[in-house]
Order: sequence, then C-alpha cells, then structure tokens
Amino acid sequence: MYLLNRKQRHAVNYTWMIISLLLVAFLPFLLFLGLYIKSVLLLDDYSLVDLIFSRTWKPSSGQFGFYPFIVGSVWVTLVAMLITAPVCLLTAIYVTQYTRKYFLRIMHPAIDILAGIPSVVYGLWGILVIVPFISQYLGPWMGVKTMGYSILAASFVLSIMIIPFVLNILIEIFRSIPMELKEAALSLGATQWQTIKHVLIKKALPGIIAAFGFGLARAFGETMAVLMVVGNVVRLPKSVFDPGYTLPALIANNYGEMMSIPKYDSALMFAALLLLAVSLFFNLVMHFFIVRYNKF
Amino acid sequence: MDSQTKIEIRDLNVFAGKTQILRNINIDIPKNKITVILGPSGCGKTTLLKCLNRLTDLYPELKVSGQIMIDGSNILVAKEDIYKLRQQMGLLSQRPYPLPMTIYNNIAYALKLRGIKNRRETHKLVMHYLQQANLWEEIRTRLREPASRLSIGQQQRLCLARGLAVNPEIILADEPTSALDPISSQFIEETFLKLKNDYTIVLVTHVLRQAKRIADNVVFMYLGDVIEQGSVEEVFGNPKMEKTKLYLGGTFN
Repeated sequence: MYLLNRKQRHAVNYTWMIISLLLVAFLPFLLFLGLYIKSVLLLDDYSLVDLIFSRTWKPSSGQFGFYPFIVGSVWVTLVAMLITAPVCLLTAIYVTQYTRKYFLRIMHPAIDILAGIPSVVYGLWGILVIVPFISQYLGPWMGVKTMGYSILAASFVLSIMIIPFVLNILIEIFRSIPMELKEAALSLGATQWQTIKHVLIKKALPGIIAAFGFGLARAFGETMAVLMVVGNVVRLPKSVFDPGYTLPALIANNYGEMMSIPKYDSALMFAALLLLAVSLFFNLVMHFFIVRYNKF
Repeated sequence: MDSQTKIEIRDLNVFAGKTQILRNINIDIPKNKITVILGPSGCGKTTLLKCLNRLTDLYPELKVSGQIMIDGSNILVAKEDIYKLRQQMGLLSQRPYPLPMTIYNNIAYALKLRGIKNRRETHKLVMHYLQQANLWEEIRTRLREPASRLSIGQQQRLCLARGLAVNPEIILADEPTSALDPISSQFIEETFLKLKNDYTIVLVTHVLRQAKRIADNVVFMYLGDVIEQGSVEEVFGNPKMEKTKLYLGGTFN
C-alpha cells in the first residue's frame, strides 16, 4: 500500500517538477543579477561604453578598459572556430558517409578519450609542443617574430579541445539522417557528393549550426588551457602571432589577488558579466539560425 | 498483346555476410505492365528492388551475384553508368522522404540532375509531373513551401512526381501505400494504373487486395525464394504451389 493515493502522488510529483523547472529557469537570471549587483560599483562611476571600448587597463590608477580582453577573447574564439569547423564537418561527413561501420566503432572511443582529458593537460601540452612549434617553426617560416605565446597558440589548443565535442555531435547528427533520404537522392541519379552537398548537409544544417554554437560557447568560456598559452599581455593584438589576454583568464589570474585596489573586484565581476552577456548573445544568434533553417 | 520483357532477372543471389537473403531468383518483368512482388515481411522483396537500381552498392556487406538484364544489358556489371541507370527508374519508398527543400525544388532538383536548367522548361515540367502524380490541384498555390509541410499522403505523391521527373522507364515502388490512409492509397493506385501505359511498374507489397486490384503479373516470394510467378489470373485464380495457396487463403504463418 502507498502512503498517498494516486491523485496525491501526482500532486507531489508535479510540484517537484515545477520546482526543478523554476530552479533551472531562474538560475541564469540569478547569476546575472548577482554579477550585476557586484559590478554596480564600477558601473556607477564609468559609462558602459567607456568600459567596453576603452583600451587602457591600469586598475591602480583607476583605469578599467576591457577592450583588449574582449578583442583577445573574440580573436582566440574565432580563430579556434575557423580551425574547428571545417575539420569537424569534413571528418564527420567522411566517417559517416565514406567509411565502413567498424571504423566509427574504433573512432568513437578515441574521440571520447580526447573529450575527457582535463583542460590543464591540454594547456601543458600547448606549452610543451604548440608554443615552441610556433616560435621556432611556424613564425620564422611565415617571416614573423613571435615568442610563441600567442592568440594562435591558444586557438590551436582550444580547437583541439573542442573538436571532440563538436565532432561527436556532428557524427550523431549525420547518423540520425535516415538512410532512405540518401537513397531517395541517389535514386534520382545524384552522385554521392551531390547527395551530401545538396541534401544531407541541408537536412543537417540546424544541427550543424547548433554544434558549432556549442563549440563556440565552450571556446569562449574556456579558461585554463587558454591562459597557459595565450601570453596574458594586456595589449590589442595586431596579428594572431601576438600575445593577448582573454576575459576568463583575466578573472582566473587576478581574482583573490590585489583586491586592495579600489573597485578591482567590481571590475572582475563586470568581466564575468561581459562573459555571460557575450555567451548569451552567441546563443541567441545560434538560435535565430536554427529556427531559420529548421523549416525543412 | 504486347508482352515484351523489360527486366530479366537471372540466378540472382544476395548474401549479407553468411545469410542468404535472395536465392536463385529468376523473374521476367514485362514492359508496360504492373508486376507485383508479393510476400510476407522479411522475404527479401525490398532487397530485390534495391538490386534493380543498385542501391545495394550502399551496403558494402551485401554480396550480389547473377544477372539483371534491363533492355538486354546487365546492370550488375560494375562499369555500368550507375547514375544513368538510376535515372532510368523512379523509386517510391515505404515512407515518403521529401528532400529538405521547397515543394517546387523537390521536382526541380530531379530535373536539374537530368540536365534541365532552363527556368521556363523547369517550370513547365514541374507542373506536368505534379499533375501526373495527381497532386497539382491541391498544392498549386503552395509550391514555395517546404515539402515537409505536406501531409504524408501528399508527400508520397510528391515523391512519385519526383521519381517521374528523372524521366524513367521503370517505376520501383516499395510498399508505397503502407504508411498512407485509404484515400491517399487509392490516389496512388489510380495513378499507377494510369502510368502503366508509359512505364514498367514493379510494385512490392504484402497487401493481397492491392495486388488483386492493380497487378498484371504476380511474383510470390517467401524467405528469399520465388515460389510462384505468372499472370494475376494464374496466381490468384489457380495457384499451383502449396505455400501460395496458404498465403492467399490467409492461413499462412
């Protein structure tokens, strides 16, 4: 026998579901609110435009310009996506359309292992391999003088970190396209490549965009691996071989230190708020594209 | 009475690994007739159909041997131009799979693959094939909508129109009405009866009544074997094999 009758049990379960839902729905809002309250001190004294577009970062003399960090973050993320997107898309198409099934069975564990490696390990690997590679080989080869710690190094490391995630999603998306759709296109006399180009990619487009958006959000927020190789120099990077500084690295490097400087903690909170806002913006843009292409 | 043979299947064997899916299949499919391949689920009907337009190539685990002669040339030979071959046949599958495009472009894409790019001609032909598939009147104002917004029955007729748009000689239909409501099914059947003057139709089904209604020729298959074949009068009126009698009597299991 149950303690409660069916109707009561339903009510209890229903209540729990509503509570969990509210929790999930309000968390981002609370996060935003908390960060906003904490950074109000800074926002009272400076205008938002000033904070975002001013280039000088001298907290000790009260100058808080976030522009170099925003630019650094955007560069690192975009270059990482430029590497990630084509690699993932082509790999996913190849393993789902051209190879036999056992190949995927071998690849899946390999991808999962890559996805499970802690980011600090990637950072270390970046310092040991990518940074010297850029300073000793790639830089001289391109005729650029660089110390290796650079936007490019961070982008490389980042892309290697997010490739497994994006790739896994893309493979699932391509595998979920029914075989019969492919057969339908082929039966019209399309070649395999035409089928992929005109039908499969089009069918998968909302998913592809979502996967890239997911990768973008991860890359933008990634902290550890990036701060280990990006150079952490507050300067506007002129090329991908220049060092830079990212928003997450700013927070991670400085929070808890130098807190005696007035408004410093407020500034770091504002950096977190910016990070959140940009992530939200990415999400919205992604959502717009998904809705737009999802009609087929 | 024109009884020219369009497709001759000789000693066709298909293996998936060690399991044999089709065993020594010999079938003659006459031109401009509806040939129904009848049999319970899992007897290899669909595989047989996929052999005809070499969609079996997609499944590397399938080993196909034997001959399939279409107008006298063996299509199982590797060097056969597979894209031309597939355009000789329109395929209609169990469930409709419209391409992820607009209704109009579903047909226009098939035309493009056939080499027709002229806009005026495309326009004319899209209309022509939609009319042939009995769909034009219902959707003439909705041509720019995504094909996925059509009802299942309409989608299936769109797929038929798309199949016709490659200008085939043969229509392969794999239980095309199994997912449809009776009225849409009837639409498809009527369309087939109209089309058989110009096309050779191979229809796979497990629905006896459908076979009776529209077949000229019947091939009865069971577990990878052809049990009996002949004209609809012969097979339904006077079945020779025990298994056929049981299946037709509905006491088969």
